[in-house]
Amino acid sequence: MYTDRVMDHFRNPRNMGKMDDPSAVGRVGRVACGDVMWFYIKVEPDGDGREIITDVSWETFGCTAAIATSSMVSEIAKGKTLEEAVTITNRDAAEQLGGLPPIKMHCSALAADALNEAIYAYLTERGREIPEALAKRHERVAKEMATLDKRYQNLLEAEGEQTGSSQ
Amino acid sequence: MTRPIYLDHSATTRVAPEVVAAMEPYMGDRFGNPSSLHALGREARAAVEHSRETIAMHLGANTKEIVFTAGATEANNLALIGAAFASEERRHIITTAIEHHAVLHTAQWLQSQGFPVTVLDVDAAGRVDVDAVRQALREDTLLVSIMAGNNEIGTLQPIQEIGTMCRERGVLFHTDAVQAFGKVPLPMDSVDLLSVSAHKLHGPKGVGFLYVRRGVKLVPLLHGGGHEGGRRSGTENVPSIVGLGAATEIAFSEMEKLATRLRGFRARLIEGVAGIPGTRLNGHPTESLPHIANFSFEAIEGEGLVLKLDELGVAVSTGSACSSPDLEPSHVLRAIGVPMSTIHGSLRVSTGRGTTPEEIEAFLEHLPGAVEALRAFSPFKVGDRRVH
Ligand SMILES: Cc1ncc(COP(=O)(O)O)c(C=O)c1O
Ligand code: FES
Repeated sequence: MYTDRVMDHFRNPRNMGKMDDPSAVGRVGRVACGDVMWFYIKVEPDGDGREIITDVSWETFGCTAAIATSSMVSEIAKGKTLEEAVTITNRDAAEQLGGLPPIKMHCSALAADALNEAIYAYLTERGREIPEALAKRHERVAKEMATLDKRYQNLLEAEGEQTGSSQ
Repeated sequence: MTRPIYLDHSATTRVAPEVVAAMEPYMGDRFGNPSSLHALGREARAAVEHSRETIAMHLGANTKEIVFTAGATEANNLALIGAAFASEERRHIITTAIEHHAVLHTAQWLQSQGFPVTVLDVDAAGRVDVDAVRQALREDTLLVSIMAGNNEIGTLQPIQEIGTMCRERGVLFHTDAVQAFGKVPLPMDSVDLLSVSAHKLHGPKGVGFLYVRRGVKLVPLLHGGGHEGGRRSGTENVPSIVGLGAATEIAFSEMEKLATRLRGFRARLIEGVAGIPGTRLNGHPTESLPHIANFSFEAIEGEGLVLKLDELGVAVSTGSACSSPDLEPSHVLRAIGVPMSTIHGSLRVSTGRGTTPEEIEAFLEHLPGAVEALRAFSPFKVGDRRVH
């Protein structure tokens, strides 16, 4: 069901893991629905004063498609200016992976969202102006997370102490 | 392709070579229709009836009580729908939250047709409480359907007690014995209806049977030429029925020996997985089918784990949300209350006739690396109770 390129990124994930000293972090997803992605970015000015994403890394809890798109989005984003990076969509990542099963498109959306959230956090933390498209995207993501939280809150509360045969 | 280490026998099994050999003539020279009067027809009829006799003998049943079907999904549908529509006054049905969808969705459909349905919860190990069944029984209860052993977590149910209680109350008792048949002894005295599928038993896919205790009335699902005593029309699938008979013969001749072997594998798996940090056993430690062990791994997701192991030549399965068509985690794992933090990291390991101790050891050798590889980039750490 997955393309060779998806399997390659799954087998050899690029830029994976936590970043020690990131400029900003973007976090999306909820473990209750099976997928969580954190994107770390390092932003540095180049000689012309443009802000470049000089390093990206990610931590992902999710399926094969989620892992492969995290890896792919990190590759696409690395070396891009912030302006360029905010235009990366999940379709870009899916295309470069040779396509994803339709049911897995939402996993790739998470990776692009996580990168966006990192950029949003970077600008907000520095009191900078947020481009309209980015602000909109952030609002959508925040709304989605709130919906998920509501949906799973009861389940989590009901969970309480576990009596399963843990080992 | 080199043969993988196949630890997914709950999903399906390899057709045993003896079974293939038994089936082959019926796809060649012995192609007759069992309903035909001539010699070819009589030969095919004899084969079908021989298979029926084998099954009846091992179950301690009468041949008239065995109805061949196209697998257990059909057998479960026939049991529930057939009994419901044959019942005149009683209409209430009781089942459990951890049944296979072939029972659960059938019960839900019956509910939509006006039959009240009670779905019982199970405990954290997946056991149904006999008292809960007793309390759920009503004046108008017609049928209780509770599986013998669960296909995801392996937990065995107290079907003897439940079946006996139902008998005393004049309620039909059905059990989906797909995973239990040929693996553990079945208390036939307490059962009115029982479903079996050949492909979990080293037989072919698409064939099974429903045991129907004498006197139990069923409305057929398939109407036609009146085959199988009018309970299941359609020309018999002769080669597959022959295969089911041969598979049953093998399973029962080996049952105790095989169950002991598989129980040993299960114990070794539980011990081996316990050595990996952040794991838990889902299901009952001892009251379990011999061949199924289900685990959860913290901080990782099951679909990726299955594919990592697949790369290493091991075939297993998961009940994770990401692996299911509706992106919801397994209803069985939810019903036993596996915590949200680990429900997505489940792995089902199921052994079978061909499994060797070397394969179990190879699996246990590969497993920690596969888990580690995925944990290396997980935002969660072992022991985390955070959810985002
Ligand atoms: C417990 C249980 N019931 C029913 C079925 C359905 O059987 P079949 O594939 O023969 O329709 C299965 C197997 O998928 C099963 O494990
Ligand atoms: S992360 Fe759940 S389906 Fe991809």
